[in-house]
Amino acid sequence: MSGFNKVVNSYEEALEGFKDDMTVMIGGFGLCGIPEGLIDQVYKMGNKGLTAISNNAGVDGFGLGKWLEKRQISTMIGSYVGENELFEKLLLSGEMEVILTPQGTLAEKIRAGGAGIPAFFTATGFGTKVAEGKETRNIDGRDYVLEPSLTADFALVKAWKADTMGNLIFNKTAMNFNPMMATAGKITVAEVEEIVEPGELDPNYIHTPGIYVQRVIKGNNFEKRIEQRTVKA
Amino acid sequence: MALSREQIAMRVAQELEDGFYVNLGIGIPTLVANYVPKGVEVMMQSENGLLGMGEFPTEETIDPDLINAGKQTVTAATGAAFFSSAESFAMIRGGHVDLTVLGAFEVDQQGNIASWMIPGKLVKGMGGAMDLVAGAENIIVTMTHANKHGQSKILKECTLPLTGAQCIKRVITELALMEIKDGAFHLIERAPGVSVEEIQEKTDGDLVVPDNVPEMNV
Repeated sequence: MSGFNKVVNSYEEALEGFKDDMTVMIGGFGLCGIPEGLIDQVYKMGNKGLTAISNNAGVDGFGLGKWLEKRQISTMIGSYVGENELFEKLLLSGEMEVILTPQGTLAEKIRAGGAGIPAFFTATGFGTKVAEGKETRNIDGRDYVLEPSLTADFALVKAWKADTMGNLIFNKTAMNFNPMMATAGKITVAEVEEIVEPGELDPNYIHTPGIYVQRVIKGNNFEKRIEQRTVKA
Repeated sequence: MALSREQIAMRVAQELEDGFYVNLGIGIPTLVANYVPKGVEVMMQSENGLLGMGEFPTEETIDPDLINAGKQTVTAATGAAFFSSAESFAMIRGGHVDLTVLGAFEVDQQGNIASWMIPGKLVKGMGGAMDLVAGAENIIVTMTHANKHGQSKILKECTLPLTGAQCIKRVITELALMEIKDGAFHLIERAPGVSVEEIQEKTDGDLVVPDNVPEMNV
């Protein structure tokens, strides 16, 4: 078997080495483009004390909402609580530490983490709570906040297609945080809808090169739940 | 008469120019897309990774992989592009978006905006709003002039945690269009039939009123 074959055949194998107290990134925007099967597997395993990095925290009872139910997350880093009631409750009661991070800063922290950049200056959040306790600097007349980058023990991402070597292609807005997270995980696991042989994906259209991906699993049952089903009148 | 939500959106839409890339926030800003003036072509940027947001899909074309930043199912317009969240905020932070429209809880006369949390009560998170207000030159805030208890949200100084400092220059409410400069609100237009006195009464911040305040054309 090729040393570049990243395909695993079970969710157990996909999450081998996943432990309590680890830092984990989870791709998705709302429920769009989330690695549903990997999330369910961590829920089944019941690991606690996790630091979860994800834009949102699912909804009550689905996606990361499940991890909240079992109180598996001790620290959540994300940008939007939205309509998730349990999340808001855990936040307000202090039961879970929540580090609310501006969405663009979150995306860039992850991108930087994967690219070996330890921190960067951004104008976002200057003069707000987000900048409290952080180094600031005036560059050419404008004020900026120093934001440290993020990496993780595991990055759980969702892609549309992969080849067995871990090259990934995402579909439409299900891309969102997934490509950056793929670069920032020590172990990146991609849950995909279809796995093809090397050479079947056009190298011109690879979104995430396989070097970033350690494991690929074909998801067996994507629910792809829709949060706001809106149609033309 | 105070403007309806739709009329606020109509007034904002008059600010759209042909060839603009526009980011619309959740709520009233979303409605602006319904009133793009004839002959004006704009591309809507949705910060979850879509440039060129189209109309809502039909039951047949609905796609869970294609949503906007409000998590609504949408379509992609002709000439659209998909990209990652990092790329999306590079566009926003880098000042490539021509107009940003977003809502707020409070705005003050220094151009500060609060829109993401009410301590102890409501925590929604800032989402992309902090990046949008930091990155855009051209921002319009749409909001109601006062809360349901009649307390002004157009303030001398914001009371809630800020989304951005000294970044807002234009506000459109159901009563008025105001500009913020030199540490004060400047009344530019009023809603049809709304008196300057009513606007003054419902504005907590310093309000500069010129001799002639035209009515909005909505």
